[in-house]
Amino acid sequence: MKKYYDILYNGIIPSNPVFVLLLGMCATLGTTSSAHNGMMMGIATAVVLLCSNVVISMVKSLVPDKVRIPAFIVIIASFVTMLQLAVNAWLPSLNASLGIFIPLIVVNCILLGRAEAFASKNGIFESFLDGLGTGIGFTLALILLGGVREILGTGKIFGAEIFPEDYGMLLFVLAPGAFIALGYLIAIVNKIRKTC
Amino acid sequence: MKKLASTLPNMIISLGSITVIAGALLGWMYSVTKEPIALQAQAQQQAAIAEVAPEFNNNPEEDKWETTIDGNTFVVYPAYDNDKLAGAAVKGVSMNGFAGEIVVMCGFEADGTVKDYRVLQQAETPGLGTKMELWFRDPAGARSVIGKNPDKTSFYVSKDAGGEIDGITAATISSRAFLETMRNAFEAYREYEKTQAAKK
Repeated sequence: MKKYYDILYNGIIPSNPVFVLLLGMCATLGTTSSAHNGMMMGIATAVVLLCSNVVISMVKSLVPDKVRIPAFIVIIASFVTMLQLAVNAWLPSLNASLGIFIPLIVVNCILLGRAEAFASKNGIFESFLDGLGTGIGFTLALILLGGVREILGTGKIFGAEIFPEDYGMLLFVLAPGAFIALGYLIAIVNKIRKTC
Repeated sequence: MKKLASTLPNMIISLGSITVIAGALLGWMYSVTKEPIALQAQAQQQAAIAEVAPEFNNNPEEDKWETTIDGNTFVVYPAYDNDKLAGAAVKGVSMNGFAGEIVVMCGFEADGTVKDYRVLQQAETPGLGTKMELWFRDPAGARSVIGKNPDKTSFYVSKDAGGEIDGITAATISSRAFLETMRNAFEAYREYEKTQAAKK
Protein backbone atom coordinates (compact mmCIF):
# COMPACT_ATOMS: atom_id res chain seq x y z
CA MET A 1 0.00 0.00 0.00
CA LYS A 2 2.79 2.37 1.00
CA LYS A 3 4.28 1.95 -2.47
CA TYR A 4 1.05 2.95 -4.23
CA TYR A 5 0.54 5.91 -1.93
CA ASP A 6 4.10 7.08 -2.67
CA ILE A 7 3.50 6.92 -6.43
CA LEU A 8 0.35 9.00 -6.09
CA TYR A 9 1.90 11.49 -3.66
CA ASN A 10 5.10 11.87 -5.68
CA GLY A 11 3.37 13.70 -8.54
CA ILE A 12 1.49 16.06 -6.24
CA ILE A 13 4.30 17.53 -4.10
CA PRO A 14 7.85 16.06 -4.37
CA SER A 15 7.89 16.18 -8.16
CA ASN A 16 5.05 18.57 -8.90
CA PRO A 17 5.20 19.14 -12.67
CA VAL A 18 4.88 22.93 -12.43
CA PHE A 19 6.64 24.03 -9.25
CA VAL A 20 9.40 21.41 -9.08
CA LEU A 21 9.95 19.92 -12.54
CA LEU A 22 9.02 23.12 -14.42
CA LEU A 23 7.40 21.13 -17.21
CA GLY A 24 4.53 22.26 -19.42
CA MET A 25 5.28 25.94 -18.87
CA CYS A 26 3.61 27.09 -22.09
CA ALA A 27 0.15 25.92 -21.05
CA THR A 28 0.79 26.91 -17.45
CA LEU A 29 1.59 30.52 -18.26
CA GLY A 30 -0.93 30.84 -21.06
CA THR A 31 -4.11 29.56 -19.45
CA THR A 32 -3.87 30.75 -15.86
CA SER A 33 -5.42 34.18 -16.36
CA SER A 34 -8.11 33.05 -13.89
CA ALA A 35 -8.48 30.25 -11.35
CA HIS A 36 -11.34 28.73 -13.33
CA ASN A 37 -9.38 28.61 -16.60
CA GLY A 38 -6.41 27.11 -14.76
CA MET A 39 -8.58 24.44 -13.20
CA MET A 40 -10.19 23.51 -16.52
CA MET A 41 -6.82 23.31 -18.27
CA GLY A 42 -5.48 21.19 -15.41
CA ILE A 43 -8.41 18.78 -15.60
CA ALA A 44 -8.17 18.50 -19.40
CA THR A 45 -4.44 17.72 -19.17
CA ALA A 46 -4.99 15.28 -16.30
CA VAL A 47 -7.61 13.34 -18.28
CA VAL A 48 -5.29 12.95 -21.26
CA LEU A 49 -2.35 12.08 -19.00
CA LEU A 50 -4.37 9.41 -17.22
CA CYS A 51 -5.58 7.79 -20.46
CA SER A 52 -2.21 7.96 -22.21
CA ASN A 53 -0.35 6.59 -19.18
CA VAL A 54 -2.68 3.59 -18.92
CA VAL A 55 -2.64 2.82 -22.66
CA ILE A 56 1.12 3.25 -22.97
CA SER A 57 1.78 0.90 -20.06
CA MET A 58 -0.63 -1.57 -21.71
CA VAL A 59 1.20 -1.59 -25.05
CA LYS A 60 4.73 -1.05 -23.72
CA SER A 61 5.98 -4.57 -24.50
CA LEU A 62 4.51 -4.48 -28.01
CA VAL A 63 6.38 -1.32 -29.00
CA PRO A 64 10.02 -1.80 -30.10
CA ASP A 65 12.41 0.68 -28.46
CA LYS A 66 13.41 2.48 -31.62
CA VAL A 67 9.87 3.55 -32.48
CA ARG A 68 8.62 4.20 -28.96
CA ILE A 69 8.60 8.01 -29.20
CA PRO A 70 6.45 8.19 -32.37
CA ALA A 71 4.17 5.49 -30.96
CA PHE A 72 3.70 7.42 -27.69
CA ILE A 73 3.08 10.67 -29.55
CA VAL A 74 0.43 9.01 -31.74
CA ILE A 75 -1.34 7.69 -28.64
CA ILE A 76 -1.17 11.06 -26.85
CA ALA A 77 -2.28 13.00 -29.95
CA SER A 78 -5.25 10.68 -30.45
CA PHE A 79 -6.47 11.26 -26.90
CA VAL A 80 -5.99 15.01 -27.21
CA THR A 81 -7.93 15.14 -30.49
CA MET A 82 -10.74 13.08 -28.99
CA LEU A 83 -10.84 15.37 -25.98
CA GLN A 84 -10.91 18.41 -28.23
CA LEU A 85 -13.82 17.04 -30.26
CA ALA A 86 -15.71 16.18 -27.08
CA VAL A 87 -15.11 19.65 -25.61
CA ASN A 88 -16.23 21.26 -28.87
CA ALA A 89 -19.40 19.21 -28.87
CA TRP A 90 -20.48 19.34 -25.25
CA LEU A 91 -18.59 22.17 -23.51
CA PRO A 92 -18.39 25.04 -26.03
CA SER A 93 -17.76 27.65 -23.32
CA LEU A 94 -14.64 25.77 -22.21
CA ASN A 95 -13.48 25.69 -25.81
CA ALA A 96 -13.92 29.45 -26.04
CA SER A 97 -11.84 30.16 -22.92
CA LEU A 98 -9.00 27.67 -23.52
CA GLY A 99 -8.96 27.80 -27.32
CA ILE A 100 -5.63 26.79 -28.81
CA PHE A 101 -4.31 25.37 -25.54
CA ILE A 102 -6.40 22.20 -25.76
CA PRO A 103 -4.75 20.94 -28.99
CA LEU A 104 -1.41 22.09 -27.55
CA ILE A 105 -1.69 19.46 -24.80
CA VAL A 106 -0.10 17.13 -27.40
CA VAL A 107 3.25 18.85 -27.01
CA ASN A 108 3.01 19.27 -23.25
CA CYS A 109 6.25 17.72 -21.97
CA ILE A 110 4.52 16.36 -18.87
CA LEU A 111 2.71 13.76 -20.97
CA LEU A 112 5.68 12.48 -22.93
CA GLY A 113 7.82 12.82 -19.80
CA ARG A 114 5.58 10.55 -17.73
CA ALA A 115 5.17 8.14 -20.67
CA GLU A 116 8.91 7.82 -21.12
CA ALA A 117 9.98 7.95 -17.48
CA PHE A 118 7.18 5.96 -15.87
CA ALA A 119 4.45 4.33 -17.96
CA SER A 120 6.85 2.57 -20.34
CA LYS A 121 8.57 0.85 -17.41
CA ASN A 122 5.77 0.14 -14.94
CA GLY A 123 2.53 -1.81 -14.67
CA ILE A 124 -0.92 -0.56 -15.60
CA PHE A 125 -2.14 0.20 -12.08
CA GLU A 126 1.08 2.01 -11.11
CA SER A 127 0.89 4.05 -14.30
CA PHE A 128 -2.72 4.88 -13.57
CA LEU A 129 -1.74 6.16 -10.11
CA ASP A 130 1.21 8.08 -11.51
CA GLY A 131 -1.02 9.75 -14.10
CA LEU A 132 -3.58 10.57 -11.43
CA GLY A 133 -0.99 12.01 -9.05
CA THR A 134 0.79 14.07 -11.66
CA GLY A 135 -2.57 15.24 -13.06
CA ILE A 136 -3.75 16.34 -9.62
CA GLY A 137 -0.41 18.08 -8.98
CA PHE A 138 -0.65 19.92 -12.30
CA THR A 139 -4.28 20.92 -11.69
CA LEU A 140 -3.58 22.18 -8.17
CA ALA A 141 -0.59 24.19 -9.38
CA LEU A 142 -2.65 25.77 -12.15
CA ILE A 143 -5.50 26.63 -9.76
CA LEU A 144 -2.99 28.21 -7.35
CA LEU A 145 -1.26 30.25 -10.06
CA GLY A 146 -4.57 31.17 -11.71
CA GLY A 147 -6.04 32.15 -8.35
CA VAL A 148 -3.10 34.40 -7.44
CA ARG A 149 -3.21 36.10 -10.84
CA GLU A 150 -6.98 36.51 -10.71
CA ILE A 151 -6.96 38.07 -7.23
CA LEU A 152 -4.10 40.45 -7.95
CA GLY A 153 -5.31 41.28 -11.45
CA THR A 154 -9.06 41.62 -11.08
CA GLY A 155 -9.88 41.34 -7.37
CA LYS A 156 -11.91 38.19 -7.92
CA ILE A 157 -11.48 34.51 -7.14
CA PHE A 158 -13.45 32.00 -9.24
CA GLY A 159 -15.46 35.00 -10.40
CA ALA A 160 -16.48 36.05 -6.85
CA GLU A 161 -15.49 39.62 -6.05
CA ILE A 162 -13.09 40.23 -3.17
CA PHE A 163 -12.21 43.85 -3.86
CA PRO A 164 -13.33 46.17 -6.70
CA GLU A 165 -11.73 45.50 -10.06
CA ASP A 166 -10.49 49.08 -10.34
CA TYR A 167 -7.82 48.36 -7.69
CA GLY A 168 -6.56 45.28 -9.54
CA MET A 169 -3.16 45.24 -11.22
CA LEU A 170 -3.81 44.54 -14.89
CA LEU A 171 -0.20 43.36 -15.22
CA PHE A 172 -1.05 40.08 -13.51
CA VAL A 173 -3.70 39.18 -16.07
CA LEU A 174 -1.21 39.74 -18.89
CA ALA A 175 1.76 37.53 -19.79
CA PRO A 176 4.48 39.30 -17.72
CA GLY A 177 2.36 38.87 -14.58
CA ALA A 178 2.29 35.14 -15.23
CA PHE A 179 6.09 34.97 -15.08
CA ILE A 180 6.28 37.14 -11.97
CA ALA A 181 3.59 35.20 -10.10
CA LEU A 182 5.08 31.85 -11.15
CA GLY A 183 8.55 32.91 -10.01
CA TYR A 184 7.36 33.90 -6.56
CA LEU A 185 5.20 30.79 -6.20
CA ILE A 186 8.15 28.53 -7.09
CA ALA A 187 10.27 30.32 -4.51
CA ILE A 188 7.57 29.91 -1.84
CA VAL A 189 6.96 26.24 -2.67
CA ASN A 190 10.71 25.53 -2.57
CA LYS A 191 11.03 27.24 0.80
CA ILE A 192 8.13 25.20 2.21
CA ARG A 193 9.54 21.95 0.80
CA LYS A 194 12.95 22.61 2.36
CA THR A 195 11.59 23.43 5.79
CA CYS A 196 9.21 20.45 5.91
CA MET B 1 6.45 -10.30 -21.35
CA LYS B 2 9.66 -9.70 -23.27
CA LYS B 3 9.94 -6.50 -25.23
CA LEU B 4 9.80 -6.79 -29.01
CA ALA B 5 13.19 -6.42 -30.68
CA SER B 6 13.76 -3.36 -32.87
CA THR B 7 13.79 -5.17 -36.20
CA LEU B 8 12.32 -3.49 -39.25
CA PRO B 9 9.25 -5.73 -39.61
CA ASN B 10 8.50 -5.43 -35.88
CA MET B 11 8.72 -1.65 -36.01
CA ILE B 12 6.52 -1.42 -39.09
CA ILE B 13 3.89 -3.75 -37.68
CA SER B 14 3.87 -2.12 -34.24
CA LEU B 15 3.73 1.51 -35.37
CA GLY B 16 1.40 0.64 -38.23
CA SER B 17 -1.15 -1.06 -36.02
CA ILE B 18 -1.03 1.71 -33.42
CA THR B 19 -1.73 4.36 -36.05
CA VAL B 20 -4.52 2.28 -37.63
CA ILE B 21 -6.23 1.80 -34.27
CA ALA B 22 -5.77 5.48 -33.40
CA GLY B 23 -7.17 6.49 -36.78
CA ALA B 24 -10.21 4.27 -36.35
CA LEU B 25 -10.88 5.66 -32.87
CA LEU B 26 -10.60 9.24 -34.12
CA GLY B 27 -12.95 8.52 -37.00
CA TRP B 28 -15.48 7.08 -34.59
CA MET B 29 -15.15 10.06 -32.24
CA TYR B 30 -15.53 12.47 -35.14
CA SER B 31 -18.74 10.84 -36.31
CA VAL B 32 -20.15 10.89 -32.77
CA THR B 33 -19.37 14.56 -32.16
CA LYS B 34 -20.06 15.88 -35.65
CA GLU B 35 -23.75 16.53 -35.07
CA PRO B 36 -23.48 18.12 -31.59
CA ILE B 37 -20.70 20.42 -32.85
CA ALA B 38 -22.79 21.60 -35.80
CA LEU B 39 -25.79 22.07 -33.51
CA GLN B 40 -23.70 24.11 -31.06
CA ALA B 41 -22.43 26.43 -33.75
CA GLN B 42 -25.95 26.90 -35.10
CA ALA B 43 -27.44 27.46 -31.65
CA GLN B 44 -24.80 30.09 -30.87
CA GLN B 45 -25.52 31.91 -34.10
CA GLN B 46 -29.28 31.76 -33.62
CA ALA B 47 -28.96 33.06 -30.07
CA ALA B 48 -26.77 35.94 -31.27
CA ILE B 49 -29.24 36.85 -34.03
CA ALA B 50 -32.21 36.75 -31.66
CA GLU B 51 -30.36 38.91 -29.16
CA VAL B 52 -29.32 41.71 -31.48
CA ALA B 53 -32.05 41.85 -34.14
CA PRO B 54 -35.44 43.56 -33.69
CA GLU B 55 -38.48 41.31 -33.17
CA PHE B 56 -39.07 39.04 -36.14
CA ASN B 57 -41.30 36.16 -37.15
CA ASN B 58 -39.43 34.90 -40.20
CA ASN B 59 -36.38 32.64 -40.25
CA PRO B 60 -33.41 35.05 -40.67
CA GLU B 61 -31.02 32.22 -41.41
CA GLU B 62 -33.13 31.04 -44.33
CA ASP B 63 -33.38 34.57 -45.75
CA LYS B 64 -29.68 35.35 -45.29
CA TRP B 65 -27.88 37.40 -47.91
CA GLU B 66 -24.13 37.76 -48.40
CA THR B 67 -21.95 40.56 -49.68
CA THR B 68 -18.26 41.39 -49.72
CA ILE B 69 -16.88 44.65 -48.37
CA ASP B 70 -13.11 45.33 -48.37
CA GLY B 71 -12.48 41.66 -49.07
CA ASN B 72 -14.43 40.47 -46.02
CA THR B 73 -17.72 38.59 -46.24
CA PHE B 74 -20.68 40.15 -44.47
CA VAL B 75 -23.80 38.08 -43.91
CA VAL B 76 -27.11 39.90 -43.50
CA TYR B 77 -29.78 38.03 -41.52
CA PRO B 78 -32.88 40.13 -42.22
CA ALA B 79 -35.61 40.37 -39.59
CA TYR B 80 -39.13 40.58 -40.98
CA ASP B 81 -42.14 41.35 -38.84
CA ASN B 82 -45.16 40.21 -40.85
CA ASP B 83 -43.31 40.61 -44.17
CA LYS B 84 -42.19 44.13 -43.31
CA LEU B 85 -38.42 44.65 -42.97
CA ALA B 86 -37.88 45.45 -39.28
CA GLY B 87 -34.10 45.50 -39.38
CA ALA B 88 -31.37 42.89 -39.50
CA ALA B 89 -28.55 41.14 -37.73
CA VAL B 90 -25.33 41.47 -39.73
CA LYS B 91 -22.35 39.22 -39.11
CA GLY B 92 -19.32 41.37 -39.82
CA VAL B 93 -15.59 40.64 -39.88
CA SER B 94 -12.51 42.81 -39.53
CA MET B 95 -8.92 41.73 -40.08
CA ASN B 96 -7.53 44.99 -38.65
CA GLY B 97 -7.69 44.08 -34.97
CA PHE B 98 -4.63 43.93 -32.73
CA ALA B 99 -4.54 40.11 -32.87
CA GLY B 100 -6.45 38.17 -35.48
CA GLU B 101 -10.00 38.35 -36.71
CA ILE B 102 -12.79 40.21 -34.99
CA VAL B 103 -16.27 38.87 -35.71
CA VAL B 104 -19.23 40.91 -34.53
CA MET B 105 -22.95 40.26 -34.88
CA CYS B 106 -24.42 43.76 -35.31
CA GLY B 107 -28.15 44.39 -34.93
CA PHE B 108 -29.82 47.21 -36.85
CA GLU B 109 -33.33 48.57 -36.75
CA ALA B 110 -35.15 49.32 -40.00
CA ASP B 111 -33.66 52.83 -40.32
CA GLY B 112 -30.15 51.61 -39.58
CA THR B 113 -30.00 52.59 -35.90
CA VAL B 114 -27.75 50.22 -33.97
CA LYS B 115 -29.95 48.09 -31.71
CA ASP B 116 -27.36 45.86 -30.10
CA TYR B 117 -24.22 43.86 -30.88
CA ARG B 118 -22.41 40.72 -29.78
CA VAL B 119 -18.71 40.08 -30.26
CA LEU B 120 -18.60 36.50 -31.53
CA GLN B 121 -14.87 36.10 -31.91
CA GLN B 122 -11.81 38.12 -31.00
CA ALA B 123 -8.27 37.60 -29.74
CA GLU B 124 -7.44 41.11 -28.53
CA THR B 125 -5.27 41.89 -25.50
CA PRO B 126 -6.98 40.67 -22.31
CA GLY B 127 -8.13 43.57 -20.14
CA LEU B 128 -7.75 46.09 -22.97
CA GLY B 129 -9.17 45.22 -26.37
CA THR B 130 -11.31 42.45 -24.89
CA LYS B 131 -13.39 45.13 -23.18
CA MET B 132 -15.14 45.82 -26.48
CA GLU B 133 -18.11 43.60 -25.61
CA LEU B 134 -19.01 45.92 -22.70
CA TRP B 135 -17.34 49.20 -23.59
CA PHE B 136 -19.39 50.10 -26.66
CA ARG B 137 -22.66 49.67 -24.75
CA ASP B 138 -21.52 51.75 -21.76
CA PRO B 139 -23.61 54.96 -21.61
CA ALA B 140 -20.70 56.95 -20.08
CA GLY B 141 -19.39 59.74 -22.32
CA ALA B 142 -19.62 58.97 -26.02
CA ARG B 143 -18.67 55.29 -25.66
CA SER B 144 -21.93 53.64 -26.59
CA VAL B 145 -22.84 52.86 -30.19
CA ILE B 146 -26.29 51.62 -29.21
CA GLY B 147 -29.16 53.83 -30.36
CA LYS B 148 -26.86 55.68 -32.76
CA ASN B 149 -27.22 55.66 -36.51
CA PRO B 150 -24.02 55.43 -38.59
CA ASP B 151 -25.72 57.75 -41.10
CA LYS B 152 -25.93 60.56 -38.56
CA THR B 153 -23.08 59.76 -36.18
CA SER B 154 -19.53 59.32 -37.41
CA PHE B 155 -18.51 55.78 -36.40
CA TYR B 156 -14.83 56.59 -35.94
CA VAL B 157 -12.91 56.89 -32.68
CA SER B 158 -12.88 60.46 -31.36
CA LYS B 159 -9.06 60.48 -31.62
CA ASP B 160 -9.41 60.35 -35.41
CA ALA B 161 -10.61 63.38 -37.38
CA GLY B 162 -14.38 63.71 -37.18
CA GLY B 163 -14.86 60.65 -34.97
CA GLU B 164 -17.76 60.71 -32.54
CA ILE B 165 -17.29 57.48 -30.56
CA ASP B 166 -14.89 57.24 -27.61
CA GLY B 167 -12.45 54.37 -28.21
CA ILE B 168 -11.32 51.99 -25.47
CA THR B 169 -8.53 53.55 -23.38
CA ALA B 170 -5.17 52.05 -24.44
CA ALA B 171 -6.81 49.91 -27.14
CA THR B 172 -7.32 52.28 -30.06
CA ILE B 173 -6.45 49.67 -32.69
CA SER B 174 -9.07 47.27 -31.35
CA SER B 175 -11.59 50.12 -31.15
CA ARG B 176 -10.90 51.15 -34.76
CA ALA B 177 -11.34 47.58 -35.96
CA PHE B 178 -14.58 47.23 -34.02
CA LEU B 179 -16.02 50.46 -35.42
CA GLU B 180 -14.86 49.48 -38.91
CA THR B 181 -16.87 46.27 -38.57
CA MET B 182 -19.92 48.25 -37.46
CA ARG B 183 -19.60 50.70 -40.39
CA ASN B 184 -19.20 47.93 -42.95
CA ALA B 185 -22.05 45.93 -41.42
CA PHE B 186 -24.22 49.03 -41.76
CA GLU B 187 -23.07 49.35 -45.36
CA ALA B 188 -24.03 45.70 -45.96
CA TYR B 189 -27.45 46.30 -44.43
CA ARG B 190 -27.99 49.32 -46.71
CA GLU B 191 -26.98 47.25 -49.76
CA TYR B 192 -29.42 44.55 -48.74
CA GLU B 193 -32.20 47.13 -48.40
CA LYS B 194 -31.45 48.36 -51.93
CA THR B 195 -31.60 44.88 -53.48
CA GLN B 196 -34.92 44.28 -51.73
CA ALA B 197 -36.32 47.61 -52.92
CA ALA B 198 -35.20 46.78 -56.48
CA LYS B 199 -37.05 43.46 -56.31
CA LYS B 200 -40.35 45.14 -55.49
